[in-house]
Amino acid sequence: MIGNPKKLIGMVGAITVLAGQFIISPMASAAEGTSATEKGKALAFDRMKGNCLACHNIPGGAAPGNIAPALIAMQTRFPNKADLRRQIWDATIKNPESAMPPFGKHGALSEDEIDAVVEFIWTL
Amino acid sequence: MKKVFQTLALIALACGIGVTAQASTPEQDLQAFQNFFKKRFPSVEMDDYANGAYAIDPAGRENWEAIEEFPPYEPFIDDGKTMWDKPFTNGKTYSDCFPDGPAIAGKYPYWDKEKGMVMTLPLALNQCLEANGEKPLKYKKGPINNILSYIAFESRGQTTNVVIPKDDPRALQAYEDGKKFYYARRGQLNFSCASCHIQNAGMILRTEILSPALGHTTHFPVYRSKWGTVGTLHRRFSGCNQQVRAKAFKAQGEEYRNLEYFLTYMSNGLPLNGPGARK
Repeated sequence: MIGNPKKLIGMVGAITVLAGQFIISPMASAAEGTSATEKGKALAFDRMKGNCLACHNIPGGAAPGNIAPALIAMQTRFPNKADLRRQIWDATIKNPESAMPPFGKHGALSEDEIDAVVEFIWTL
Repeated sequence: MKKVFQTLALIALACGIGVTAQASTPEQDLQAFQNFFKKRFPSVEMDDYANGAYAIDPAGRENWEAIEEFPPYEPFIDDGKTMWDKPFTNGKTYSDCFPDGPAIAGKYPYWDKEKGMVMTLPLALNQCLEANGEKPLKYKKGPINNILSYIAFESRGQTTNVVIPKDDPRALQAYEDGKKFYYARRGQLNFSCASCHIQNAGMILRTEILSPALGHTTHFPVYRSKWGTVGTLHRRFSGCNQQVRAKAFKAQGEEYRNLEYFLTYMSNGLPLNGPGARK
């Protein structure tokens, strides 16, 4: 029972992202050049939002911390995109000792924002 | 088969209860706490933990030592001495409340059996003021930092030596509450004090090296460049709580007093070197 809503959220998220890519990116690339990936990058680098650089080294990011693993080879580490999303949503599910903030569970990022961040991280 | 599982479950349960009943003593906690840092930073001398992140950050240390040549907290010490010497309206002074003089930081915090609470230095200072018909000072910012800077400076070289008296179970409870506070995750970011200053001590958070928990209490009040002034330990506590997006507790309220009791006890044996200067 506990797993289902999460799966549902994941699916909804995936659909949102998929829809977002079809709807937003063609418009954006024509106009301001903001795809879901770029939106996710901006959120990931924003100190008041994801602030991923506080702990993770990310290609293209300045002054990263070294508390957590560098965000590289993400598709090898998370072959399933839903697993990556779950990790960002609440890393303590997989590892209760993890110091990573549960961005989704605690609402530090909205579900849409997490979707965008996942899109970005997935490219790394 | 089912019975075997039931028996195993019962044994597991019994063991679990056994473990809870044998909670560690403050002495055991202290040893485990200090040993953890000795193992993590084997080249750091014990006394150097009183210097916070600079004990483990050579580049930052150079910068800090340059700052210490013209200490930014010096004017606060001078203003504090003036406060100490200046008579209250009734003609008495702080010396009437503290006959041992200003070098008293090493006595705090302590368990006040009569009041049944942890007594801190800022609290004792305000009690003195109120007993003499004076207005109490605010606990985070402002003039309390002057008098605290003076007392800390006069107390330099004393040794942290917090006692958890064994004849009052409420003292142990206050210690345990402080310990629980330290290890409890809180705020939207879900960090405990220990997440950063034990688990990840020495790691880099953005551009900052996370300072070890050991030694955190030795140098207060502290001049923080970020603040542009001297602030109290409880101001720092509340800042930390806000950084993890938690609601801060009241300065000198029970939560922070008990936290101070636990955290200072963990630095037992370290020299007092306040007021300090930090980024």
